[in-house]
Amino acid sequence: MEAKRKIANNVVFVVLFILSVAFLAPIFIVLMNSFKGRFFISEAPFALPNSQTFVGLKNYTIGLAKTGFLQAFGYSLFITVGSVAVIVLFTSMTAWYITRVKSRYTSIIYYLLVFSMIVPFQMVMYTMAKMANVLKLDSPAGLLVIYLGFGAGLSTFMFSGFIKGIPLEIEEAATIDGCNPIQTFFLVVFPILKPVAITVAILNAMWIWNDYLLPLLVIGNKYKTIPIAIQYLQGGYGSRDMGAMMAMLILAIVPVVVFYMACQKYIVKGVVAGAVKG
Amino acid sequence: MQKTLKKYFAFFTLPTVLAFITVFLIPFVFGVYLSFTKFNTVNDAQWVGFSNYIRAFTEDRDFLNALFFTVKFAIVSVVLINVFAFMLALLLTRKIRGTNVFRTVFFMPDLIGGIVLGYIWQLIINGFLAAFNVDITFSATYGYWGLMILMNWQLIGYMMIIYIAGIQNIPPELIEAAEIDGANSWQVLKSVTVPMVMPSITICTFLTLTNSFKLFDQNLALTAGAPGKESAMLAMDIFNTFYGRQGYEGVGQAKAVVFFIIVALIAYLHLRLTRSKEVEN
Repeated sequence: MEAKRKIANNVVFVVLFILSVAFLAPIFIVLMNSFKGRFFISEAPFALPNSQTFVGLKNYTIGLAKTGFLQAFGYSLFITVGSVAVIVLFTSMTAWYITRVKSRYTSIIYYLLVFSMIVPFQMVMYTMAKMANVLKLDSPAGLLVIYLGFGAGLSTFMFSGFIKGIPLEIEEAATIDGCNPIQTFFLVVFPILKPVAITVAILNAMWIWNDYLLPLLVIGNKYKTIPIAIQYLQGGYGSRDMGAMMAMLILAIVPVVVFYMACQKYIVKGVVAGAVKG
Repeated sequence: MQKTLKKYFAFFTLPTVLAFITVFLIPFVFGVYLSFTKFNTVNDAQWVGFSNYIRAFTEDRDFLNALFFTVKFAIVSVVLINVFAFMLALLLTRKIRGTNVFRTVFFMPDLIGGIVLGYIWQLIINGFLAAFNVDITFSATYGYWGLMILMNWQLIGYMMIIYIAGIQNIPPELIEAAEIDGANSWQVLKSVTVPMVMPSITICTFLTLTNSFKLFDQNLALTAGAPGKESAMLAMDIFNTFYGRQGYEGVGQAKAVVFFIIVALIAYLHLRLTRSKEVEN
């Protein structure tokens, strides 16, 4: 029995190993092609670079110049970090209020927020982009407000689910000790929310960093985030520089992989927690 | 405490509520209204009743094609992604060496954005198709299976993580008891594991279904709808109707309302159907 189990586990190991290689292969193929001349990519993407096709870092320098990638990275970083901070701060406050105060006003807010989670973006994209334009929200800073509005549903919902499990006595003790609600929230409640705040931050960061259509419609003409810069490189079909494309794909993947390696534990927890609530 | 807290409603709720009303609620209501009007900019809207809805379905076959393509895609992707993810989760809960590394690898594609994913797979699929002197834009069937491979690559790891959490939550006594009663591993899987992870199955099928339905970035980067508009899914057809040609903004908004109703119905039906199958703890 024990020996049989051992053999089975070895077979499973080999299967998983082969699958892992297959999972990583696409990224390595792109990496390999990012060092090949632009005309040697489309016809033979699986061939290793050789003395004839190897171009060093040329694709990277051309791609950086063509897309303004470093600037795009700056915008993406600012928009993601800023929006996540705004979302975590304001939706946790809202969630606490609507969970602790029961009134018609708070239940209407709650149900509207939950409702917004199932509405596809296409339903509101046109009118939202017009609204953003009229209200002068069409800047990287304005996007923080827009992401607060779109992130409010899931984030408030998750915070609120967590807050329901916090015993009321803790907050009552703070009130008796002389805290006003603002002090109670920031000194007592918010620190307790830390685990769910990390989950909310990670789920929103994954979404906002990779978001393409929303920033394209709101600020796409003036400010390019990373996904917009990459799509811009596509140009007309057939005319694009494949070498620069490969190099930019790699540069787009690197920050994500670094972020993943640094926060893997939280990301995995966040996905599981987010799924249970969603 | 509730009484004092009530006075602070503006401080605690206004930032979120104002942002939500401005970028979601007003655009939503206004969007429903515009779907019954003809407009080029929002200021010149004229009431036209249901004509946009009729035009969406009858003027050309784009919307119906996209709907059909999307439904076909969603059904197959839900089945494939969940079967593969569940199988991986079973293999990764056997406590064999390297489990953590494998999990890390399988989950990673999920973090890469849709546009980047689309171009990665375009390169690889076109590389294979080059042997036959065609590329992915040659036929909508290639686009369909290309998107299918891409979505599997992206979502299997994510769903696997959720299934792993579900499997690890099963009390070990339950499985031991079944084994003592003489159940073989297939019977344990069928009668203990699957019923116990039903909540995870509900969530994962729901997430894959809605993700497949709302797919846009991957579709845009991989084929952009080519050949013609044959591999365009619903979200892309709506986008093209809005921004692709003048005079169709109202039709685009009508398509968007139909899209919303379909997604809402799926969400509602799915939750009702699967909730009833879950084991009460």
